[in-house]
Amino acid sequence: MTALYFVTLAILVAAAFLIGRHRAQSLIAGGAPSLHSLPSYHGMLPMAAVLVAMLLTFVIGSNIVARYAQSSSLAMLGAETVADPLKRSAGFRDIQNIAIGKHSGDVPMLLKEAAEQFASASTFGNWMVYGLGTLLGLFAMGYFISRISPVYRARNIFETFILVVMGICATVAILTTIGIVFSVLFETYRFFFDPSLKGRPTVSQFLFGTEWNPQAALRADQGDIKTAFGFVPLLTGTLLITAIAMIVAGPLGLFSAIYLAEYATPRFRAWVKPILEVLAGIPTVVLGFFAALTVAPLIRGWGEAYGLSVASESALAAGLVMGMMIIPFISSLSDDVINSVPQSLRDGAYALGATKSETIKNVILPAALPGIVSAFMLAISRAIGETMIVVMAAGLAANLTANPLEAVTTITVQIKTILVGDQEFDSAKTLAAFALGFVLFVVTLILNIIALQVVRRYREQYD
Amino acid sequence: MTDIAGADAPVLRLDMTSDAAKRRIRKRYAAEARFKAYGLAALAVTTLFVGALVFDIIRNGIPAFTQHSLTMDVAVPDDLVPTATRSDPLAIRGADYFPVTRDALKAAIPGIESRRGERTLVRLLSTGAPDVLRDRLVADPSLIGKTVKVPLLLSDDADLYFKASSTSIVKRGGIGTATPSGTTGEITILTSSNDFAAEVVTIKQAAKAKADALAIEAARLTTFGGQSVAQRVTEINAEIAELKARFDSPKIEEILDAKLPSKLVEINGGLVKLTKITDVSVTGEVLLPLASAADAKPGDWKVVTYTTAESNRKVSDQEVAFLERFREKGMVDRHFNTLFFTSGDSREPELAGIRGALIGSLLTLFVTLVLCLPIGVLAAVYLEEFATKNRITDLIEVNINNLAAVPSIVFGLLGLAVFLNFFNFPRSAPLVGGLVLALLVLPTIIIASRAALKAVPPSIKEAALGVGASHQQAVFHHVLPLAMPGIMTGTIIGMAHALGETAPLLMIGMVAFIVDVPTALTDAATVLPVQIYLWSDLPEVAFKLKTAGAIMVHLSQKEV
Repeated sequence: MTALYFVTLAILVAAAFLIGRHRAQSLIAGGAPSLHSLPSYHGMLPMAAVLVAMLLTFVIGSNIVARYAQSSSLAMLGAETVADPLKRSAGFRDIQNIAIGKHSGDVPMLLKEAAEQFASASTFGNWMVYGLGTLLGLFAMGYFISRISPVYRARNIFETFILVVMGICATVAILTTIGIVFSVLFETYRFFFDPSLKGRPTVSQFLFGTEWNPQAALRADQGDIKTAFGFVPLLTGTLLITAIAMIVAGPLGLFSAIYLAEYATPRFRAWVKPILEVLAGIPTVVLGFFAALTVAPLIRGWGEAYGLSVASESALAAGLVMGMMIIPFISSLSDDVINSVPQSLRDGAYALGATKSETIKNVILPAALPGIVSAFMLAISRAIGETMIVVMAAGLAANLTANPLEAVTTITVQIKTILVGDQEFDSAKTLAAFALGFVLFVVTLILNIIALQVVRRYREQYD
Repeated sequence: MTDIAGADAPVLRLDMTSDAAKRRIRKRYAAEARFKAYGLAALAVTTLFVGALVFDIIRNGIPAFTQHSLTMDVAVPDDLVPTATRSDPLAIRGADYFPVTRDALKAAIPGIESRRGERTLVRLLSTGAPDVLRDRLVADPSLIGKTVKVPLLLSDDADLYFKASSTSIVKRGGIGTATPSGTTGEITILTSSNDFAAEVVTIKQAAKAKADALAIEAARLTTFGGQSVAQRVTEINAEIAELKARFDSPKIEEILDAKLPSKLVEINGGLVKLTKITDVSVTGEVLLPLASAADAKPGDWKVVTYTTAESNRKVSDQEVAFLERFREKGMVDRHFNTLFFTSGDSREPELAGIRGALIGSLLTLFVTLVLCLPIGVLAAVYLEEFATKNRITDLIEVNINNLAAVPSIVFGLLGLAVFLNFFNFPRSAPLVGGLVLALLVLPTIIIASRAALKAVPPSIKEAALGVGASHQQAVFHHVLPLAMPGIMTGTIIGMAHALGETAPLLMIGMVAFIVDVPTALTDAATVLPVQIYLWSDLPEVAFKLKTAGAIMVHLSQKEV
């Protein structure tokens, strides 16, 4: 059905363009005074009209059909099924499977009838959509083709249309942000204030609680469940791993950048830069694999050789590898910043007799400091939001500790752990993940905004 | 000559020759060299890390591309598929091939009587081993009732044994004449010379060495002290006492356990695993049956040592014995692992492949590209060329820059809440994955496209406008084509990013165990990085190799 619709759409689109252009060309051939728009614009206008009319009809129409088919077939299963969200989704899955013939085993009569209803409603609805879409497409094509004349301003109308489309594309980014904010904000609000939610914590319990155990609140039949949504251990875990990562990546990244920007010959740069780019391009899941299966056992082995007890999922392993991930990030940003320090500052320092390292330490780094600080902030924001390395190499237990050899958990690990697998949107556990996502979004957003603002001002200073 | 005014004021002299000055210079130059060395060291550490990572992945991943099979003559019984239904491929497909391969295996090593031995033997084959035979028969039904030579896939543990050879095997000839007491079950072998004296001594020495090592460990733990350590120290001391009793006791007979290297005797075409040992006689369990209980002359029988203790490896002595016998017979065949590229996921490591994940990745990326390339380019053109500078466009710009730095898992939350929960899109579908990834890489593409558009010299546009083109004609016909290479570079970077992204896809359920290869945008599917994550979580060692193999495919795919 969908395929047929789009084949028809393609045919009508092509036809609209060819007919429109031909009409305009024949006007010229017929000795008409010169056209306002080129013939191709007279073709493209009806083409765009057909495209918009048919696509809109399809998106809106098929949605309505799907909803109608679902509700009408579910209505046959009785009011009880419709009222219960769990039974409803299970029933609908059965109906769909029977309708496409995937269901095996004995099928109750009622389900079979509902599936037939579903199939017939979908088929009828889809044909309706097809008919309506084709009709509207033809109408749109006819309307714009009938208006073709030497004075018709086809190009202006078409360009306005394109401008609107481009504007819509530009707002997709805004819509994404709004979508993110609303989806996490809404669920977070429910997490804290929905009265029908069992086991929800208060805001202060969440922010200052030192115990995190979302599993305890899962079983609804336990009655009065002790809330265990204390955010503090996740925060300290995240900060611990981020701190280890920054201790590794900060000096390594900054010194790499200084060497590449100030000392390296062009040939050396050409050799080393690709290595950093390779590191930047390695997917985090690969780094996580390396952290969990190579680095963690290595650290454990070393620790045991010195009589230290090291958790097999230590914060140190995850932090070290995450630091490695961040090195290219810091070094490339700092490299840019150092390179954009004006040469006159360097020349001035050399003229006073400073060595290269003295120039770097006393002149270039102070001048580049705002940019370097913002590079570090962006790196921290990235470390906080990084998921796969910690999911694979850090633990799940929410320990409140500052010992890098113990297992800690992070915000992202908990979001992933809670949300992977089937979940309903009316348990405190699921909503807790959105609350964590909200915290994560806000924290990284603040870091990013400050960092980007600093970079902007810094650029203006030297441009 | 007039006096210079203020001649008694201190004179500034450039001091470059005094010792103090030279020391200062040396110090400054040393600091310079140190500083430079720090930079080099930082780069060296980073390079080392990349090297270690790549080396580790390749070392683990290479074995995943090969596989071991047993090439065997399998007698297909005539009644496997009734003659009447042989024309129907489905009937041939539906037959039970497991007994056929089991009998072929038993025929290859005759004389195994114990049920345990039989079970061990059968488990050496993969559960997917009969598939090869089945496919062969489906292709050529006339083979039913004949003997077919087919490669049967080995299980993951057996496969790993041949790849990593978890133990080395040392053999030496016997000195005396050996007399076995039977051919199967538990037997005793007597020898005319004190052949096993060396073994007894080694065992006692091993026990002593272990006791010494434990004593050192106990001493070390005691210095650290602590409650949890105290318990461990007591345990260790008990173990030391036990070991001491063994090597101090004058009792000649030693008992071999799984913690010591395994000792076996190869005699009369059979193999005996020793459990008790004295200088001149051994008792043990027959792993491979002996041809006869006749005397074996000196040199005709051998003492075999599996140097890795049985408790330290995945394959038991019995399995090693079988596998070595197969190897001696030349039945083991190493070949390229085509299953890895042609099959979907599986619970059995030797049958699992990445085809499903590869197709899933392709479908997801297709959706991402179709969505984010036009939207990204049009948005960039609008912002760069048409938008008037006002607060709204300013907001959009700040917004895009921030969006590029939002953690990817947050996009997963968006997908879950909006696409799955609100719009009721199917879970685990490449369509939803592609949508989420499109939103994720959109800022990257917009930023790159704007930079590319900005780099086109304004004279191009001005010339077009000058000869009467409209603004849009100038941009779309002249500026955009020139910016295209830059836009494409940005798109490729964005796509590479999307290809490696895992976290948001976990959120929208592309993490399920999916055996089938997806065929449509709404089928349940997984993608390669998620497959890597799933496999890395599994306990089997073979999956670790598979993971590294998949990573190699993934990285090479990204390089392209």
